[in-house]
Amino acid sequence: MQSDSGFKNFSLSIVLLWLFLFALIPIGLIIIVSFLSHTDQSLIALPFTLKNYQELGQTLYLHIFEKSFLVAGVTTLICLLMGYPFAYLIARMKNRFKNLFLLLIIIPFWTSSLIRSYALIAILKAKGILNSALLALGVIDQPLSIMFTNTAVIAGLVYNLLPFMILPLITNIERLDERLVDAAHDLGASRITTFARVIIPLTSPGIIAGCILVFLPAMTIFYIPDILGGAKSLLLGNLIQNQFLVAQNWPLGGAVSTVLTLLLATLILIYFLVTRGKQRDLL
Amino acid sequence: MKKKSLPASIYLGIIFLFFYLPILVLIIYSFNDAQYSLVWKGFTWKWYQELFADRDLWIATGHSFLLGTLAASTATFIGLLAAISIYRYRFYGRNALNALVFILILTPEIVMGAALLILFMVMHLPLGFTSLLMAHISFCIPFVIVTLLSRLVSFDKNIFEAAHDLGANDWGIFLRILLPMLSPAILASWLLAFTLSLDDVIISFFVAGPEFQILPLRIYSMVRAGIKPEINALCSVLFIITLFLIVLSQLALRKEKNLS
Repeated sequence: MQSDSGFKNFSLSIVLLWLFLFALIPIGLIIIVSFLSHTDQSLIALPFTLKNYQELGQTLYLHIFEKSFLVAGVTTLICLLMGYPFAYLIARMKNRFKNLFLLLIIIPFWTSSLIRSYALIAILKAKGILNSALLALGVIDQPLSIMFTNTAVIAGLVYNLLPFMILPLITNIERLDERLVDAAHDLGASRITTFARVIIPLTSPGIIAGCILVFLPAMTIFYIPDILGGAKSLLLGNLIQNQFLVAQNWPLGGAVSTVLTLLLATLILIYFLVTRGKQRDLL
Repeated sequence: MKKKSLPASIYLGIIFLFFYLPILVLIIYSFNDAQYSLVWKGFTWKWYQELFADRDLWIATGHSFLLGTLAASTATFIGLLAAISIYRYRFYGRNALNALVFILILTPEIVMGAALLILFMVMHLPLGFTSLLMAHISFCIPFVIVTLLSRLVSFDKNIFEAAHDLGANDWGIFLRILLPMLSPAILASWLLAFTLSLDDVIISFFVAGPEFQILPLRIYSMVRAGIKPEINALCSVLFIITLFLIVLSQLALRKEKNLS
């Protein structure tokens, strides 16, 4: 259609140009930089080298990777355990409260996670709400020191990322055909068997999607360890931010970023392989 | 829902409490007449007055709103063109574009921030308003595309065939059919982009530069500098603004669902 190509060409050229310039090129650049050298005079310099990746093999960096994985893993697990039953109950609702509840989940999803992390301080600190409540109830007799520990970081991450677990789960569970659950019951399966062998496998795309959406940011939201974890708490996100903005070692920062991105790609690949042919709801 | 058991209701309540208790506490303590402690010392407006008198904060707020408005408008425009192209046309690289949108949403913000910092250095673009604007437009575009595409797929494609048969070209279809039909979704994605821009810390942290102050970075440095009740007041105000925007966008989307 000759007369129609105008709009199509107009749109496509703007869209592709923008994404090429501000998405593909920067991602390419960060990979290139990760193979460059670092000198005192300039942020990046030739020659190309593998040194930055070798440097990541040092115990110091391996330890940060290990700790980030651990913290992000625990965060993901807690989000899944808290979020799955919650998502299940909401998804199975048929009354008018459902829309209200959905809105109530979207609100924290949309509001500044910086502000929400800050709000946690009043709850977690030594003379905060949590300690006061536990002391008053007689559960503890010494205030717990939660602030500036990994526990505080994990609490902050769970608090911020829980909606990312719940939302894909709700979409996925909503599509679950209830007749299959009924059929399992009719065929004599117990509630636990039905849950383990029917409901879990059928909602696995939602579970994996939620886990990916929680796990990845958990490793990189540098301001949460910064605010709640204090100086000792250094995760991958803080490492990248440090290398770029404090230590000014862009090639090393680039290498960490590239490894992180490769990890992401692997996770998403696994997601696609596992959910091949099933309903995917990553977003 | 057939029957709602008590444990289920309690459990739902606990999770919602978990979501909202910290924010509620924050808002309550923004009215607390105490400088350092969490002990309640009476009601006061003084933190809000202090907030109101903070000139630097007003400048940062002005910058953030300007940035958010421009970024959201540009991102919505480009995202709209992208969503319509992906929906209506078959072109070379369509799947690649689809995949790119997906990848961009999942790329860790910190990697995108670092990557854009390198780009601006290579381009010799000084960090400040322009670099922030470019960055914000870029990270908003994928979210706009996803929001609009999810609405577009529910449209009846025959409408476009009919319009075409009646002599409309693609510009006409865009202006007379797509724009009006999508307008609630466009408003919703604009508001989403605006909120994303207003809240972004990570990418802005990389590309802001020292000259141009924006609100989230200012809050970040205030939070790191130490507890002052003025931040409670500021965070409460921002929470209320965001809440208003979300409700507005949900109303826009609901109106659209009722229409179609």
